[in-house]
Amino acid sequence: MCGTCGCERPHRLIALQQSLLSRNNAQAEHNRAHFQHHGLLALNLLSAPGSGKTALLEQLARLWPQGPVGVIVGDLATDNDARRLQAAGAQALQIRTGDLCHLEAPQVAAAFEQLDITDMTLLVIENVGNLVCPTAFDLGEQLRLAVLSVTEGEDKPLKYPALFQSADAVVINKSDLADAVGFQRQEALANLRSIAPRARVFELSARTGSGLEPLVSWLCQHLPVAEPHGPHP
Amino acid sequence: MHELALMAELRHLAEEAASREGASRIHRLQLRIGSLSGVDADALRSAFAVVMADREPGDGSGSIDTQGSTLELEVVRTVCFCADCQQEFAPSDVIHACPRCGALSTQVLRGRELELVALEVS
Repeated sequence: MCGTCGCERPHRLIALQQSLLSRNNAQAEHNRAHFQHHGLLALNLLSAPGSGKTALLEQLARLWPQGPVGVIVGDLATDNDARRLQAAGAQALQIRTGDLCHLEAPQVAAAFEQLDITDMTLLVIENVGNLVCPTAFDLGEQLRLAVLSVTEGEDKPLKYPALFQSADAVVINKSDLADAVGFQRQEALANLRSIAPRARVFELSARTGSGLEPLVSWLCQHLPVAEPHGPHP
Repeated sequence: MHELALMAELRHLAEEAASREGASRIHRLQLRIGSLSGVDADALRSAFAVVMADREPGDGSGSIDTQGSTLELEVVRTVCFCADCQQEFAPSDVIHACPRCGALSTQVLRGRELELVALEVS
């Protein structure tokens, strides 16, 4: 008897030190190499539900200067977003996540295989609308873009610091509504700076289209140099 | 809510390690979670009960018995590095400001851990 639980065999300890994200991260690295190989800039787009991610992507699909925009959309149940994006000219593919509150790298890899990436240079992975769960999961993106809308309140970055800390850039959306909702711009920017001092900030309105150009230029600067003769990952 | 997905992954890793070691039962799991890892300890414990502790032997894919197993959580506090002072510090809240010079740190040294540290098996 082992003396601990009454079983017949001795207990022993196995030391592991293994990350729970190791399988996801390995797939994410593979995705990243794959995107790079095809000359694609991959973006992980994160926000709360209703902050205007899909409207932003509709604008990007119309304004993007280099080939069609590919979008992999994670949503719990419907394919409404994918249909909206296709209407705007994007090649959109919906991942219905069911009860999963975030996307994981293997889902992105499976969806990516179904996309026609001919002439495509920008691939946006629109994550499930959620400011907590998607944060820890690397999908293989080059850039992480968080969207915050003026209707959500100035203290969102303080309430969800992990997500904003992980972002390379933050879009403050619905700027056309800022006055109507009494948005305290300076306070919001100060909060954002204190949480994510390195992130680029773009203030725009996806609905009216104003303020989109600086974001498009910034994304263009991050386009990878394609390696047509390199080994396929 | 993603704690359930993480616990399913924990089960996968734990069963794999136990099988490799020729064990048939998992008694205890040690998990290290950073305060910035984005997981909630209570949600993890609830998910652990569903995925591991309350599961009947033979219920599921693996042949490893996890019923009645316990979860030990070690929480790692956030530690940042101040590039100006060249020193580590533990931030007092979500804003990673150096207590000496006030500069905002962008280097998190510890606090993002999400690791299966060890397993007790038989």
